[in-house]
Amino acid sequence: MSKKKLMKGNEAIAEAAIRGGCRYFFGYPITPQNEIPEYMSARLPEVGGCFIQSESEVSAINMVYGAASAGARAMTSSSSPGISLKQEGISYIATAELPCVVINMVRGGPGLGTIFCAQGDYFQATKGGGHGDYHMLVYTPSTIQEAVDLVYEAFDKADQYRVITYILGDATIGQMMEPVLLPEFKDLDKLPKKEWATTGRTDTERHIVNTLEMNPDKLEGMIKHMYHTYDELKKNETRYEEYLCDDAEIILCAYGTVSRIARTAVNKLRAEGMKVGLFRPITVYPFPEEAIGKLSEHNCLKKFLVTELSEGQMIEDVKLAVNGRKPVEFFGRNGGNVMTSEDLMSVVKGEK
Amino acid sequence: MEKVVFQKSNMLTDAPLHFCPGCSHGIANRLIAECMEELNIDKKNIVGIAPVGCAVFNYNYFDVDMIEAAHGRAPAVATGLKRVLGNDKFVFVYQGDGDLASIGAAEIIHAAARCENISVVFINNGIYGMTGGQMAPTSLLGQKSTTSQKGRDIGRNGYPVKMSEMLAQLDGATYIERVSTHDAANVRKAKQAIKTAFKCQLENKGFSMIEVLSACPTNWGLTPVKAMEHIKNDVIPYYPLGVFADRRNEK
Amino acid sequence: MAKVTFNEAICKACGLCVEACPKKLLVIDKSRVNAKGYNVATIPEDKQSECVGCASCAVMCPDCVITVTR
Repeated sequence: MSKKKLMKGNEAIAEAAIRGGCRYFFGYPITPQNEIPEYMSARLPEVGGCFIQSESEVSAINMVYGAASAGARAMTSSSSPGISLKQEGISYIATAELPCVVINMVRGGPGLGTIFCAQGDYFQATKGGGHGDYHMLVYTPSTIQEAVDLVYEAFDKADQYRVITYILGDATIGQMMEPVLLPEFKDLDKLPKKEWATTGRTDTERHIVNTLEMNPDKLEGMIKHMYHTYDELKKNETRYEEYLCDDAEIILCAYGTVSRIARTAVNKLRAEGMKVGLFRPITVYPFPEEAIGKLSEHNCLKKFLVTELSEGQMIEDVKLAVNGRKPVEFFGRNGGNVMTSEDLMSVVKGEK
Repeated sequence: MEKVVFQKSNMLTDAPLHFCPGCSHGIANRLIAECMEELNIDKKNIVGIAPVGCAVFNYNYFDVDMIEAAHGRAPAVATGLKRVLGNDKFVFVYQGDGDLASIGAAEIIHAAARCENISVVFINNGIYGMTGGQMAPTSLLGQKSTTSQKGRDIGRNGYPVKMSEMLAQLDGATYIERVSTHDAANVRKAKQAIKTAFKCQLENKGFSMIEVLSACPTNWGLTPVKAMEHIKNDVIPYYPLGVFADRRNEK
Repeated sequence: MAKVTFNEAICKACGLCVEACPKKLLVIDKSRVNAKGYNVATIPEDKQSECVGCASCAVMCPDCVITVTR
């Protein structure tokens, strides 16, 4: 068994992607995710893969489109402004049902914003982002080990459902160091063959990767098919963590880096005798609405407190899930500022 | 025994082309198919990339695997594809002038600079056909379009873009040639140029692009025959034919 | 003797073949239309023997209407 290693988030994620089968990476420099392309540029050639520093984010995602069309495990990473540029390609890839992995180490926005930690890309990641009706499978790691595990699995999920698996990270996850246990290399020869890939026609079959459909009934059918897949994601892939929620009077809802701060606040408040819990979505699409719905029916529960590094984005999904059964309050920081556990404790106590 | 002098290439499907009467896209499609057939490239080893614009439906016409790319992104898609498939497979890219010279200018420049081992056929008809005849980056000075209704004006619209000359400056561009479709002799020359470009890829010599001066009778407001005369009399003087880069011996 | 045959169903009567013929043998037959509503290109019967099979008509045809044999 391999031993734990102290690694920076971005580098651990890059290594996990390679171990998960990624052999093609296309990216463009932007802080705070630069260690991913840097690591990939050195590491991919060692495992017979290919790294290209593209001329733009737009090109990077379209290189992914081409590589994924050929059936390869391809990935790109960026941070918020760069992810905005990728939205065109993301919409095409989602519609063509090409499996791939996209990583966003979210920084503060809007605009050029800041390079510090933020969560302002939640809407973009979960509600579309690009044009048209589509979704991605969106993971929100809160530790580097969890990021490693999710990225390692991301390609399997992408291939299985023919969707984009999207890692909604943040600057802190990308930049901090933690001990991680890296998984074993996946055997690429044992992966299921992608019969639909455009690698050259067979005697009987021509493969076409396309997102254009001028027949309204056929396009509607295509979209319905995509949404059938999203229903399957909802059924099989929704993930979350409930921490001390059973008897909680107040449940904090947080994901990613913020969930770590919220967990500390919960522990300290519990030590003071307050019945507080944490609900942490791991997938934010599909959103764990059923689980939150059930919690909202707890008689002991007085309210939810959603806390994010934004002016309130995930809170909309929480409110939809709670459906008016309990009050849903909000506390957020923004601009690269991060709340402390003391901030959250004060909010819970009604001091803030 | 009857000898076939000319027949439709087996690289093409039976789908009737959607192009307007006299449109050069049909000629260019056919030349690509004929070149692949004559170079004995196995259909199982070919993947083509269609652009956005009038050639958007090209995936219906070539009897090989095809990818439909977003507007201007075909060279980036081809890059990802070719890097995975390797040099055993043949990747051709088909783009129009709005696609290649405007919205996809960055993609084509950097695919050429990287010397991607792909072959690009670039249809320059100086107009956005599919969207209804708007001014293209390649529209001639004075050319009327739905977005330059009094004619392309230097002060307002600047100058047309000469892509072959531009790309030829890049060391990564192995073979760049501009050809025309305005008469049978030139179509035959165009075919030789496309064949040269395809051979370039088959010999792993890297990036090639053939710019094909083409007619858009519908949006030029000319009959097909007059449109061909327009290429000869007005387009070629601005976009001279010839080989602009040939670095095959250096690669 | 050269023979030119036309897949009339897909002809769009653009006339590029007519223009390309060095012997000016081809015409657009205004008396007939195909299912798409276009007149069709043809070589009148009395001119067919004059064809030298140069295939310039076929080379200019954007729609692969023409087959030439010799």
